[in-house]
This record gives sequence, C-alpha cells and structure tokens, in this order.
Amino acid sequence: MKTPEEIFELLKNKFGEEHITFTNDQAGDPYVTVAPEKFRAAAVYLSRDAEMKFDSLMLLSGVDDANGEKSKDENENEIITGGTLSVYYNLFSLELRHKVTVRVSVPRENPEIESITDIWRTADWHEREAYDMFGIIFKNHPDLRRILMPYDWDAGYPLRKDYQNPEFYHGMKVPY
Amino acid sequence: MGLLDKEFADSNIVIAKAEDLMNWARLSSLWQLGFGLACCAIEMMATSASNYDFDRFGVIPRPSPRQSDIIIISGTVTLKMALRIKKLYEQMPDPKYIISMGSCANCGGPYWEHGYHVLKGVDRIIPVDVYVPGCPPRPEALLEGLLKLQDKIRNESLTKKA
Repeated sequence: MKTPEEIFELLKNKFGEEHITFTNDQAGDPYVTVAPEKFRAAAVYLSRDAEMKFDSLMLLSGVDDANGEKSKDENENEIITGGTLSVYYNLFSLELRHKVTVRVSVPRENPEIESITDIWRTADWHEREAYDMFGIIFKNHPDLRRILMPYDWDAGYPLRKDYQNPEFYHGMKVPY
Repeated sequence: MGLLDKEFADSNIVIAKAEDLMNWARLSSLWQLGFGLACCAIEMMATSASNYDFDRFGVIPRPSPRQSDIIIISGTVTLKMALRIKKLYEQMPDPKYIISMGSCANCGGPYWEHGYHVLKGVDRIIPVDVYVPGCPPRPEALLEGLLKLQDKIRNESLTKKA
C-alpha cells in the first residue's frame, strides 16, 4: 500500500520531473498530473508494475478548466479561447488497496488523449461520455460515438463553459 | 349524468343517446400505453398497483401504442426521447388522449433554465388534454387527473372533439 506522494515519486523517477507534477494544496484528494505524451506509458506502468497493480479504474471524468482567454461574441455570449480541458482518472488497486488520482490536461483547441480502453475496459463508456460532454478526442478508442446526447447533435459539447444551446432541434424549440 | 337514469321500457332495454353511450364506453376503458420516463413513472406504477388500483377506472397498461387510448407522459422528456414520443403518439389510433404528469412534462420542471437536453414541456410536440402538477405527483393527484380527463370525454360530441 502506497500513499499518493510515494506513487508520485515513483512516477517522477520513471518518466522525468518535467512530465509529472503533484498537487496537494487543493480541497479534495491530491492528484498527479501527467503530460499527455507520457500518459499512455504511465497508464501501462500503473496497471502492470508489481508495486502499483492498479487493476481498477473507478472513474474517469472530464473537466473544462475554463482557464483560457474569455471574450464576448456579437451576441454577448462568452467564448473561451486557449487554456485546457482535463481528464481525471481515479485509480484503485484491489490487491494492494491503494488509490491515486491522475490528471491529464490537453489544449482546448486540440484536445486529444490516448485511449486506455485496452487497459481498463471501464474507460470505454466513460471516455465516450467525456467526448460527448466536452469534445475530448480519445485516440484509438474502438467506438468513439456520442453516448448521452442524440447521435445527430451538432450544437457542440454541452458541459463546456462557453456552450450555447441551439434555438431549435428537429423543429422543437429548445430554450424555455 | 348516468346511462341508467333513462326510462326502462322493459327489463332488457336501456334507452340512451348514442353519444352518451360512446362516451361512457370510451371513458370507462382508457387503455394506457405501458410507458414510463422518470421518477413520475414510479408514482404511475404505484397508481396501477393494488393500493390505488388504476384498473378500477378501466386503466390497464397495453404493450403497444396501437392498442392504447391514452399516453401518460410520466417524467422528463429529453430532446432525444421527444422524437420517439412523437412517433409513439402518431402510432396510436384515434380517439387518443394525453395526460402530462409532473412538472418536467408540463414545463421542463427543474431543468427549465439549464437543462440543455430537456424539452421544456411535452405540449411543444403533442397536444395535452390534462396537466397534473407535482414533482412527482402523488397517486391521488394522477387519479384526479384521470377523473378530469373522464369529465372531458363525457362531454365530447361524436362529430367534434371537445
């Protein structure tokens, strides 16, 4: 059993200080931030290594950090440019009974993360949901379709902070 | 009004207006499309079960829209579901009736402002006969809604819908 700090130290030694950072000064669980280019290798390491053995992905969730530049369009609606979208992975080892939260942040304009469905099957629908709600593209996902919104929804990704509801969907008025 | 308050000419004949007879037959066996959407559907099922017993008013769930007379919109209508509800409604034979049950189906309920996925009232796609308020309405409220619908049917004319 390891604490998140110990897991962070091991990850840092393996993948390099510039790719791994640790945050524990915020409310909630501490988390390890992994650079997108190292995330796939880190996920394999976390699931297979004898000291880690993270055999369970409890939850995967998308977050719009809304840390880009905020401006207004001609209709006074807020637009965000730049900044990041993030995915948080909550991992648990049933065998070693330790857990860790991993964050991966990708640029808002090109949000691409390697899929980890082949490591943890749980990720399949969770990644589809993060794609559906935030537009995060999971590369090499076997079936990256919308999961909650209608398949033909073309008005964007509803949980982004600058999302605007369409006026109509199939002739039905959407706003109240 | 009742059918049996008319004169008995002999013990086997009841005299009534055809309109009254048709209306009485319709309002006494409103077969319901077996269909639920959200938490309101739980209350609707409770209304069907033995304590409240929808069946004493002739309401029994049917598995097909082609055998149904009423559709109870029991819950949140998402935009994705709205298209399917419209299709179900169009498959029902006339005369057909709609009870909108609960705040979500009436006007969007708690999703009225920020529900990006919710149709703000089922009356935007199909014509509602009775609105039952509540979140969710208790079975008594749904029964009251059904009685209101029966009152409406009782006053219908054969040549035009009330």
